[in-house]
Amino acid sequence: MADIGKLVRLLKELEEDLASCTRCGMCQAVCPLYGQTGRETDVARGKLVLVENLSREILDDPQAVKKRLDRCLLCGSCAAACPGGVPVLEVFLKARAVITGYLGLSPVKRAIFRGFLSNPDRLDNLLKWMGRLQGPFTRSANKILGTSCARFMSPVIGDRHFMPIAAAAWHTKASRGFSGPRQDGRIRVVFYPGCLADKILPRLADAAMEVFAFHDVDVFVADKAPCCGIPALSSGDVKTFSTLVKKNLNIWQPLDFDYLVTPCATCTSTIVKLWPAMEDYLWDKSRKTKEQVRKIAAKTMDISAFFVDILGVEALPDAGPETVTYHDPCHLKKSLGVEKQPRSLLGAAGTCRLIEMKNADQCCGMGGSFNLEHYELSEKIGAKKRDAILATGADTIATGCPACMLQITDLLSHAKSRVTVQHPIEIYARSLREKQKEKPK
Amino acid sequence: MMNKNLVRQFEKIAGAGNVMGEEADRHAYAYDSAVLDSVVPALVVRPDTIEQLGRIVALCNENGTPLTVRGSGTNLSGGTIPTGTDAVVVVTNGLARILEINPQDLYAVVEPGVITAQFAAAAAEQGLFYPPDPGSQAVSTLGGNVAENAGGLRGLKYGVTKDYVMGMEFFDVNGEIVKSGSRTVKCATGFNLSDLMVGSEGLLGVFARIILKLIPPPKASRAMTAVFASVEQASEAVAAIIADRIVPCTLEFLDNFTIRTVEDFRHAGLPVDAEALLLIEVDGHPAEVSEDAEKIQEICRKNGAVQVRAAKNEAEKELIWQARRDALPALARLKPTTVLEDATVPRSRIPDMVKKIKEIGRIYNLDIGTFGHAGDGNLHPTILTDRRDHKEFARVEKAIDDIFDAALAMGGTLSGEHGIGLAKRKYMEKETSKGTILYSRKLKQTFDPKNILNPGKMIGD
Ligand SMILES: Cc1cc2nc3c(=O)[nH]c(=O)nc-3n(C[C@H](O)[C@H](O)[C@H](O)COP(=O)(O)OP(=O)(O)OC[C@H]3O[C@@H](n4cnc5c(N)ncnc54)[C@H](O)[C@@H]3O)c2cc1C
Ligand code: SF4
Ligand code: SF4
Repeated sequence: MADIGKLVRLLKELEEDLASCTRCGMCQAVCPLYGQTGRETDVARGKLVLVENLSREILDDPQAVKKRLDRCLLCGSCAAACPGGVPVLEVFLKARAVITGYLGLSPVKRAIFRGFLSNPDRLDNLLKWMGRLQGPFTRSANKILGTSCARFMSPVIGDRHFMPIAAAAWHTKASRGFSGPRQDGRIRVVFYPGCLADKILPRLADAAMEVFAFHDVDVFVADKAPCCGIPALSSGDVKTFSTLVKKNLNIWQPLDFDYLVTPCATCTSTIVKLWPAMEDYLWDKSRKTKEQVRKIAAKTMDISAFFVDILGVEALPDAGPETVTYHDPCHLKKSLGVEKQPRSLLGAAGTCRLIEMKNADQCCGMGGSFNLEHYELSEKIGAKKRDAILATGADTIATGCPACMLQITDLLSHAKSRVTVQHPIEIYARSLREKQKEKPK
Repeated sequence: MMNKNLVRQFEKIAGAGNVMGEEADRHAYAYDSAVLDSVVPALVVRPDTIEQLGRIVALCNENGTPLTVRGSGTNLSGGTIPTGTDAVVVVTNGLARILEINPQDLYAVVEPGVITAQFAAAAAEQGLFYPPDPGSQAVSTLGGNVAENAGGLRGLKYGVTKDYVMGMEFFDVNGEIVKSGSRTVKCATGFNLSDLMVGSEGLLGVFARIILKLIPPPKASRAMTAVFASVEQASEAVAAIIADRIVPCTLEFLDNFTIRTVEDFRHAGLPVDAEALLLIEVDGHPAEVSEDAEKIQEICRKNGAVQVRAAKNEAEKELIWQARRDALPALARLKPTTVLEDATVPRSRIPDMVKKIKEIGRIYNLDIGTFGHAGDGNLHPTILTDRRDHKEFARVEKAIDDIFDAALAMGGTLSGEHGIGLAKRKYMEKETSKGTILYSRKLKQTFDPKNILNPGKMIGD
């Protein structure tokens, strides 16, 4: 699409949302990136103005606008704080899609997204190889993948302290069907590990399965784990995004289940918020498809929210001797309003006392491809998080997003800290294990 | 675009990374929070040090290049919209150091780019209180506050920004430092130039360091609400409270339109049938606070309040102020464009003004929500519209004219706290006099013979 007229026309579709920004500037207070740079083009107000000016042909440099739009953690802090309720992230993603449609996807991204990401089998195979080689091969693959979920493919970039890739994707061993036909009162859950838990932090998915078993939840794990699409979407590749949504829908649509549960904040918010928001960019624009997407979105839940809100897991009165502090992933608190539930789950473990860190909901600086493309800035933003964590003196930092876990691991490991990084579900699972051991036979 | 040679000189002063010349960057400094047309500057410079700031000013003057200083660009009067496409915008948010907080002598020295709320928090950490709290305090800069003489919710008892400026250093157009005021409570040395700088909107000098007064924080506070069936009654209650020699730190008002909108937004159980809601807070010594709170509740009841409630704890107090904080966001969601005005009348004329605003809304067929500072007569008629609807927007402009005429006719002022900038300059003479404009222009000419400092704003050229 090298037709600037079309670019303008498509951007004009965002006009209503763009016009709802009153330019009050309140987003400056919360944008982690602006907090570092003080540049108006880094904050939502400035970016929205650039998109608007492009759509009104006051500015005719799509490349320059894209460059500035891409400097963004997609953390949603701006949208959550916006007095006018501007759907900032949606506008950003749609604008990225339109501009990328015009400029074309970079050849490297094209190769990765279209060649691997949109093809889960090939991706699994690639990972198997990467898991074995872990070295030179990944180094060459590094810059390519551009987002939080994709970071697993680039574990040795620069100075990063990374988590090694699992030898085989978790789902290849863990896939299972429902136990049988629907039983009265037994909740049926499709468990979607998300790429990071599947490929880098399988211990997290294992923990989730233990907790499901303890609470007698009937769980389904698919034998394929297509990505939720956020890496492609944030690079403006709506074609790959659409393919991935379709692949997932094809797996889930035939199933009879109550909830789709994920331990990944980013996957949850992508499915709940972005899939419906991007419904006009999917492979077909039929009402049926849109309804299917909305239905899935309505059933999708973060794992802590699931156990606390649906199964009624509650914090215990007594906390254990250990201490834990909790980081609010942007995609849980700011996108979905999930902040109490992970804390309740930590309380339910009964093994640790929660010490709140300063600004627990401040972004950790991961931001997917942002971390890859702007590592230094990401590190600077992360430094605040690291200091806040260390200031609590807690033994463990828990957070409900594997992407944040990786970033925080990187930050702490550079600081030679001994604080461990865990998902709330792991802490809860361990407490269940210990309690079972204590039980007299 | 600016000629390359000059750009290079700016780069030499501030470092290439702090000079933004690319078109897309410049487009992001063409507006502020006012509902006005954008003007794209020729260059944007973001100095890291005060010394750089002075050299930038001097360079602009040498070249006759117009210069607009910008803090966070949240003013509501167009003060940071560059005057022309040949202008340089100088951003101060890289000058954000709190240089000193002195608990013995109760003052602080700051650079102009320090964010208001961050400064207030830093003062609070030392057990001190910086009262001016504009609604934008989470983002506004202290330099911007001083240049606009920003107010806030606590204006009635604690005053506004000007009451906290003890002194400052600013650059004249030649980049020379001018000092005025002092770290001492008393100071009779020289002209009181720092007072002249308050509210100067970037026209007379560029602030480099500001000395701000701090005070001990109140020991206790109490918040309450009172619901009225008419604005008159609410206003009489306000008058009676003050006649009883009680000065609440905050005394806010929401009209029926705003109450309904906030309730739709938050569902906090606001009285949607009420014509007026007063939100009141008293602070000070615990004994005084509880006595005043009792008296205020009684006065409100006597003046016809249908319901009076005092917050029993922090959480209830929080709920009260949430309703006030929700006013603007809730209104802003109704329509794409929000025109937030700040015409101010003597306290006793609030009922007349509210009535008049309603009438204006009817005449021009516009949605106007009014809320604001009942204690000091500073109302915020908020017109909800869509700028793209040119016909409606023409009516909005007429409505604004009428609102200002009404405020002036009641002995009020054009701007309680948002400043004049571009938005209200055409009304200036109406409130003041021809002589005032000429005098102000002469003053500016003396300080700024080449007319480079934010030219065209406030008093025209
Ligand atoms: C949602 C919202 C709520 C608001 N609530 C209030 C309120 O309650 N009370 C109130 O008073 N205002 C309020 N405002 C208006 C605005 O926030 C204030 O005017 C504030 O003081 C502007 O600060 P700023 O840093 O954004 O300044 P800017 O908008 O960047 O600049 C304002 C003016 O100051 C000048 N200036 C800035 N720095 C310097 C300097 N170093 N030297 C010389 N001149 C300088 C600029 O040239 C410009 O003329 C509100 C605005 C918004 C968007
Ligand atoms: S807070 Fe919202 S309305 Fe205000 S400038 Fe930012 S995006 Fe626009
Ligand atoms: S999404 Fe995050 S990084 Fe991006 S503009 Fe909003 S607050 Fe800033």
